[in-house]
Amino acid sequence: MQEQQAPVTDNVIEMIHVCKNFGSVQALKNVHLELRRGEILSLLGENGSGKTTLMNVLSGIYFPDLGEIRVNGTPVAICEPKDAFALNIGMVHQHYKLVEVFTAAENIVLGLPGATTINRRALARHVQEIADRYGFAIDPNKKVYDMSISEKQTVEIIKALYRGADILILDEPTAVLTPQETEKLFEVMRAMKADNKSIILITHKLNEVLAVSDRVTVLRKGEYIDTVDTEHASVQSLTDMMVGRAVSLEIDRPVIGDKRPVLRVTSLTCLTPEKSMALEDINFEAYGGEILGIAGISGSGQRELCEAIAGLYPITGGSILYKGLVNGFEVEESLVGKSPSEIVKKGVALAFVPEDRLGMGLVPSLDMVDNIMLKSYRRNKGFLVDRKTPQRTAERLVEELEIVTPDVHTPIRRLSGGNVQKILVGREIDSAPRLLMVAYPVRGLDINSSYTIYRLLNEQKEKGVAVMFIGEDLDVLMEISDRLLVLSGGKVMGIVDPRTSSKQAIGMMMLGHEASELEGEKAV
Amino acid sequence: MTDVNNNNECLPQEPAPAIEPLVCVMPGEPLVRIAKRGSTSMGKKVAIYVTGFILALVVGALLLLVIGKNPISAYANMVTGSFGTKTSSAETFRLAVPLLIAGVAISLAFKMKFWNIGGEGQILAGAIFASHIVVHVINNNISIAFLPLQFLLAFAAITGGALFGFMPAFFKTKWGTNETLFTLMLNYIAIEYINYLKQLNSWKPPRTTYPKIINFKDSLPQLVLPKVFGVHIGWIFALALAVTAYLYLKKTKHGYEISVIGDSLNTARYAGMNTRWIQIRTLIISGALCGLAGYFQVAGADYTLTETTAGGVGFTAIIVAWLAKLNPFVMVPVSVFIAMLKKGALAIQSTMKIPASAADLLTGIILFFMLGCELFLEYRLVFRGRGSKTVEILEEVSA
Repeated sequence: MQEQQAPVTDNVIEMIHVCKNFGSVQALKNVHLELRRGEILSLLGENGSGKTTLMNVLSGIYFPDLGEIRVNGTPVAICEPKDAFALNIGMVHQHYKLVEVFTAAENIVLGLPGATTINRRALARHVQEIADRYGFAIDPNKKVYDMSISEKQTVEIIKALYRGADILILDEPTAVLTPQETEKLFEVMRAMKADNKSIILITHKLNEVLAVSDRVTVLRKGEYIDTVDTEHASVQSLTDMMVGRAVSLEIDRPVIGDKRPVLRVTSLTCLTPEKSMALEDINFEAYGGEILGIAGISGSGQRELCEAIAGLYPITGGSILYKGLVNGFEVEESLVGKSPSEIVKKGVALAFVPEDRLGMGLVPSLDMVDNIMLKSYRRNKGFLVDRKTPQRTAERLVEELEIVTPDVHTPIRRLSGGNVQKILVGREIDSAPRLLMVAYPVRGLDINSSYTIYRLLNEQKEKGVAVMFIGEDLDVLMEISDRLLVLSGGKVMGIVDPRTSSKQAIGMMMLGHEASELEGEKAV
Repeated sequence: MTDVNNNNECLPQEPAPAIEPLVCVMPGEPLVRIAKRGSTSMGKKVAIYVTGFILALVVGALLLLVIGKNPISAYANMVTGSFGTKTSSAETFRLAVPLLIAGVAISLAFKMKFWNIGGEGQILAGAIFASHIVVHVINNNISIAFLPLQFLLAFAAITGGALFGFMPAFFKTKWGTNETLFTLMLNYIAIEYINYLKQLNSWKPPRTTYPKIINFKDSLPQLVLPKVFGVHIGWIFALALAVTAYLYLKKTKHGYEISVIGDSLNTARYAGMNTRWIQIRTLIISGALCGLAGYFQVAGADYTLTETTAGGVGFTAIIVAWLAKLNPFVMVPVSVFIAMLKKGALAIQSTMKIPASAADLLTGIILFFMLGCELFLEYRLVFRGRGSKTVEILEEVSA
């Protein structure tokens, strides 16, 4: 690769005319990207816009169908991740690839050529040097399973730097961080930039783009839209580029006068199968006619809480009292010990969108009709399934929620993520619940679909349904919720009024500080 | 967007998409790489299978040439050997019966992504349970009419197979044991149990020291299942089973539960399904049907019990299920096709003096190519510089 005379250029990376198809899906259509030395470039786009695919091409995970990549002006072929390393390109993926039982330092040298023995002391020193240079906080001898998500991310970044990366690709690094951790990461990124390293930040969060990057390249549906200087951009201008038209960014918060308690959780405690604490002494109430937001770093017990209420997670102690209708009378009864299908019948609906977006709640290879009847197929008598009723429901949902599908008999894995999530939320709403739990309903959705979902949740709230909204985007949670419950490490840190609380304070609570410790925050 | 245009002026390196010439060969592109296909049309699927079959015949022909046989006449002999006469056709269909039953049985488990490779053991378990009754009846000179005997045997066989299906499902759902290893090991238990039975005096023909189980037909003539069109009536049952299984999977709540679990266990759990019971129930059915295949082997084909009563059917059934993409209807022709290969391989051994191992090798080659077609149904090979599809797209984009 060195035999050619490299032309003088400021661009460390140029990607020209890059195309990549997956079957008939065009993930990248003629995309361009250039990265200058010593800059932070944001790669902005909604989910499915091809950001990660483009970076996977650059880091050797995919080979492009067409196009050219130049590193320091020289055309190169990056056939596998090894080639990318050799060109000093390092990528930190969204899902970390670390060996849990190894220490930070061991993970960092893993897979590198070298002597059969490791000089741990020299290694730790070297790792510490890198950390000090950019302001990372890391203990080289800490085992990965003892680390927080943010520490694991640090290990991944140092791993790339240790291998001599000058070009660093960070794939949605802030998705799992609190506001404080995010700010710390940005400081580190600025320090690396000062050291003449080049960074590509993949993100769909606009305020981060504006906060940290020099330029921003926008992709939409696999197509290259434009590259602009951040100083000339605003949240609105970037959104418009990302979405392709002007959009409004306001989320409604209708006020409902009449609120009745629907769910009362008292001292709820759950143990994991490994007998460690998953939920510890959870106390809260959910009211009909309000949206109770639930915030927390991912893995703080959100999933366990939903599952415990839905009867899917073993409960060690405490009580879950639910006001349901028995023979037309509203009575309070305990949900503990009831089977998941009994709880569904009582009017508790759970729509949980997991990281892979399909694995819970929907069956990808079945059609919409079969997915609609997932929780109701037992209702009719007899041995055979009744597909007529769900078919009518499916057709109605397609119309009401503007679901784009060839017909209701297309396997839903062929539909786009937004439509799939509309089906999931639509099904749960259609079951006319009294308590609706939605977890990450807008995960990976484009802006338009997200707002449709917010509208649906608000409609339910106005109908008097108790809505629990577990989300990851704190800004959205603060806009839509009537009250906001903050979880950290399986404990409730406090329930605050999002209208009067600061983002910083909620961030501190997400990190494990109780509301009572914080000045000016009063529980509601 | 106006300030955006200004920015473009300070980026002279930014190539304008419409003017830049298209790059057709990328430096260092691998010679061949694999790309995912979009949807595959029916015609294309058939073409892929036909190509695969022809390639298999070509490779098989090379093998035959190496051992000095005429490939054309060998293939012709395989066809006439399996369908040439009424007896050979009957024999072929007789081979297809257990393949079809076991294929359908296994596909129920496979549809749930429960890798039941213990069809062999479940067939043998059915045969063993039935044989126990037969031997008991013979040794105690119990007089029993045809129908009661057959019902008793079928019931015993179903119980045996069901037990062999229940065990791995129970352990998997309770303690997460690996069903592949579990069902595989049960196969050996069944085989070795038959070897044990062979040593028993009560199971041996009188005055023999050689380990062997008596021929049941001689002492219990009502054991023999009647024939329809030269094949024991098991084939009618097998066809009915294919239809029933299709309806079971498509129209019943059970079938719906199986497809949900097969796709996503977590979703099934979230929907409030009793995933544990559904898995156990399905494996009981899967095993029971295999056991029934064992009953048909004993009462319709072999009239005795040996460790080759299943004769690899439990494994071949996996190929049947897979080639048919788990569709019970497609399994009918597929099982006949595989039976034809088996019978044809036997025929060329006797008529053309082709060694048994070479004949089996030939069958293996054909099946290998047929299964290999699956790769090309999903993916296509892209040769260096031939990313032609992308070029078209690019032209579209630039236009």
